Amino acid sequence: MKKQQNKPFNISDNNFEQCVKCTVCTVYCPVVQVNPDYPGPKQAGPDGERLRLKDPNFFDEEALKLCLNCKRCEVACPSGVKIGDVIQAARIKYSRKRPKLRDSIMANTDLVGTVASAFAPIVNTTVALKPVRQIMDKVLKIDHHRIFPKYSGEKFETWYRKHAAAQQQGFSKYVSYFHGCYVNYNFPQLGKDLVKIMNAAGYGVDLLEKEKCCGVALISNGLIKQATKQARQNVRALRKSILQNGAPVVSTSSTCTFTIRDEYPHLLGVKNDDVRDQTELATRFLFRLIDSGELKLVFKKDYTTRVAYHTPCHMEKLGWSIYSTSLLRMIPGLKLVQLESQCCGIAGTYGFKKENYETAQGVGQPLFTQIENTDVDYIVTDCETCKWQIEMSTSGKVKNPISILAEALDVEATQKLWQK
Amino acid sequence: MKFDTVIIGGGLSGLTCGIQLAEQGITCAIVSSGQSAIHFFSGSFDLLGKVEGREVTNPLESIKMLPPSHPYQRVGHHNVERLAGEVPRLLARAGLHFSGMAEKNHFVLTPMGTMKPTWLTLEDFTCFEQNGELPWKRATVLNFKGFLDFHTLFIKDGLTRYGVEVQTRDIAMKQFEAIRRNPSEMRSSNIAKVFDAGDALNQFAEKVNELTEDADVVILPAVFGLFNTTVTADLKARVKKPVVLLPALPPSTPGIRSQILLRQRFQELGGTYLLGDIVQEGEFKEGRLQNITTANHGDIKLEADHFVLASGSFYSKGIVAGPDKLYDPIFGLDIDGESDRSQWFDKQLFNDQPFMHYGVKADEHFRALLNGQPIENLYVAGSVLGGANPLKEGSGAGICMVTALHVAEQILQ
Ligand SMILES: Cc1cc2nc3c(=O)[nH]c(=O)nc-3n(C[C@H](O)[C@H](O)[C@H](O)COP(=O)(O)OP(=O)(O)OC[C@H]3O[C@@H](n4cnc5c(N)ncnc54)[C@H](O)[C@@H]3O)c2cc1C
Ligand code: SF4
Ligand code: SF4
Repeated sequence: MKKQQNKPFNISDNNFEQCVKCTVCTVYCPVVQVNPDYPGPKQAGPDGERLRLKDPNFFDEEALKLCLNCKRCEVACPSGVKIGDVIQAARIKYSRKRPKLRDSIMANTDLVGTVASAFAPIVNTTVALKPVRQIMDKVLKIDHHRIFPKYSGEKFETWYRKHAAAQQQGFSKYVSYFHGCYVNYNFPQLGKDLVKIMNAAGYGVDLLEKEKCCGVALISNGLIKQATKQARQNVRALRKSILQNGAPVVSTSSTCTFTIRDEYPHLLGVKNDDVRDQTELATRFLFRLIDSGELKLVFKKDYTTRVAYHTPCHMEKLGWSIYSTSLLRMIPGLKLVQLESQCCGIAGTYGFKKENYETAQGVGQPLFTQIENTDVDYIVTDCETCKWQIEMSTSGKVKNPISILAEALDVEATQKLWQK
Repeated sequence: MKFDTVIIGGGLSGLTCGIQLAEQGITCAIVSSGQSAIHFFSGSFDLLGKVEGREVTNPLESIKMLPPSHPYQRVGHHNVERLAGEVPRLLARAGLHFSGMAEKNHFVLTPMGTMKPTWLTLEDFTCFEQNGELPWKRATVLNFKGFLDFHTLFIKDGLTRYGVEVQTRDIAMKQFEAIRRNPSEMRSSNIAKVFDAGDALNQFAEKVNELTEDADVVILPAVFGLFNTTVTADLKARVKKPVVLLPALPPSTPGIRSQILLRQRFQELGGTYLLGDIVQEGEFKEGRLQNITTANHGDIKLEADHFVLASGSFYSKGIVAGPDKLYDPIFGLDIDGESDRSQWFDKQLFNDQPFMHYGVKADEHFRALLNGQPIENLYVAGSVLGGANPLKEGSGAGICMVTALHVAEQILQ
């Protein structure tokens, strides 16, 4: 049954010509809610684009910088305009400013992470000290309220080589794990949890060849050349894993996943069509296996917990929170509350910047209130920067769904089911 | 991914159908590519306002005069009566309180200062029994300084014709200075957000009281209570004179609030609402729709026993007009409408435009037709259906809600 379709011609990739000026996007933009200096998605996006195309002097750097790139405007738009992309692409195309030293430091997660991990105890204590935070505030304009994520002494990659690589032999199926900077430098435990679950499910876990930071912070801080270089290297590594070795790629971070799948082609022009479908979140990978009857997870009988799921913005855009929540719902002893999907305000490095602190906390306030009014053991979410923001701004403790699954899983019983 | 029912389109019809099914314990998912036409809602739902150019008093009676192909005729008089009676109760369970009844239209004031007949009116707004009898001598119409989406002079002209003496005034407050800087972005939802957030309402009400001492009624744009549901009631409690709200140009504050409350009701009932995802195609087997593919879920298809197409009219791209044909962009279903472009329009803009009647073809059980054959488990509801001109008839929301409930009943049988 062939569909009759007419593809309109002369429509750009981000669809900005399709805007009907309904202003629905602006209703749902979290920044407009709290910061009147931001002109809003319609104005900054399709309306502004028309002007910028006529004359690049209409580019308003200071205004467009206020966009969180949360893409909630895109989710709301009835006409399919990729408003967030229009705004970010304009920043890339027209910005003439060199990124500040602070922005370069924060964006270079790999470099900073490597150094910081090596000196973890010193770095962790130092950046936690009040005077140091005051200096960072004054000199670097990193807001002094911010609590830095702790650096782990041993990188995930190091742990993997020492303690996990050998056990990955002898599986009949493999995935490659895009661990991202957070797991590597700050929180290797999440990576360990992922390895545990995948192994229990019958999959060996490889690392990618020379994984680089996905580059989301480089993009938002205007370090486009470097972001593009890293994107190319990552796509090469993905191709090797997926196309040569037949190992799909999974990640535990919604933002890394979203950046690799969608921001690479849309903002950096790095093509990934041949590997995009097989680069996804681990929860989606597991859901597919379970949904198609290929996998059954067995959970511990005595495991009980109450959690609330928070939908990160990029998860909202991907439309994938249903995979994470469906997996959580499979755990018999788990009670799940779904929080209303709202932006937490951090948006990667955005909220760390002194000039954005107030906006970031204002944006997050409705979510924080929801969390304080919800009586649960943990907040569960797929994004690490949401975790920092929620832990700094509320009394909630935050975990990734993969960690909850790892705690609840009866590894032996699960393995027995496929080993037979 | 398996559900009992998957609904395509999360506007008024998709949500009505989804809520009705979920209330009966059916596991439902709604996929919607973006926000819906409720964002343009005036504050009243119409059942039937006009037939053959004449104003309708009793919609349930006048429905009988519609052509047999009209969705109401196809649902049947008795069913329309019963289902229309259920609508306000369903809305109330979602926290949306409307007044009005299907046996007798009431009247509301339009932003043009005229009156129009309607079926159900949200509690924010004011209902009148008769056309033309206004209970006031002096009215003050207030607007926010710099707000271009509310036309006080139209209202003044209109009300003057009803014998009301009208004053118009602007209110300026420092809380609105920031959004005024950009005149094209001073929209109703931005004003509503200021009231949602904090202390502006008290001060605003005081100003209103100062400006309206010698008026019998205060007329204001409906920009109260976007995410915060109590603002309208607070305003009415603080203003000493009776407050009448009139719709401003879209996006509509009460409309957005209605969309949010309906969506929340659906989710509280256990429904899955997938926003920002486009249904791309479906797989058919032996006259049944097996599953649908969406942009976000890709190879993980959405399977269901029943599907409902509630994808809206031209505005929402439920049907699309190409250079030489009309089509449903998802399944390529049969279309009730002319394929010859020259027949789509009447050159007289205000005449009954043929294209407004176009939509997806359905059989007597509201199952979609594909190449003349009904798809056993694919139902059609709401403005994607053909056979009516909601704009001319004043029947938009009525058709949406009645057909959505009718389809839900077919599925529950
Ligand atoms: C501007 C306007 C104002 C109106 N105001 C009133 C009023 O005040 N009172 C009244 O009685 N009637 C009004 N109507 C008429 C009627 O109420 C509306 O048309 C009604 O809300 C339509 O509801 P619906 O659910 O059928 O469609 P819509 O509200 O249009 O919803 C359809 C949904 O389907 C989604 N969709 C479409 N294609 C796909 C796809 N492929 N995949 C996933 N999702 C898809 C769209 O994104 C959209 O959200 C108005 C209509 C319009 C257009
Ligand atoms: S929601 Fe989409 S169509 Fe409406 S103004 Fe925004 S970009 Fe334009
Ligand atoms: S991406 Fe987010 S912050 Fe930026 S305009 Fe859209 S909704 Fe607003």
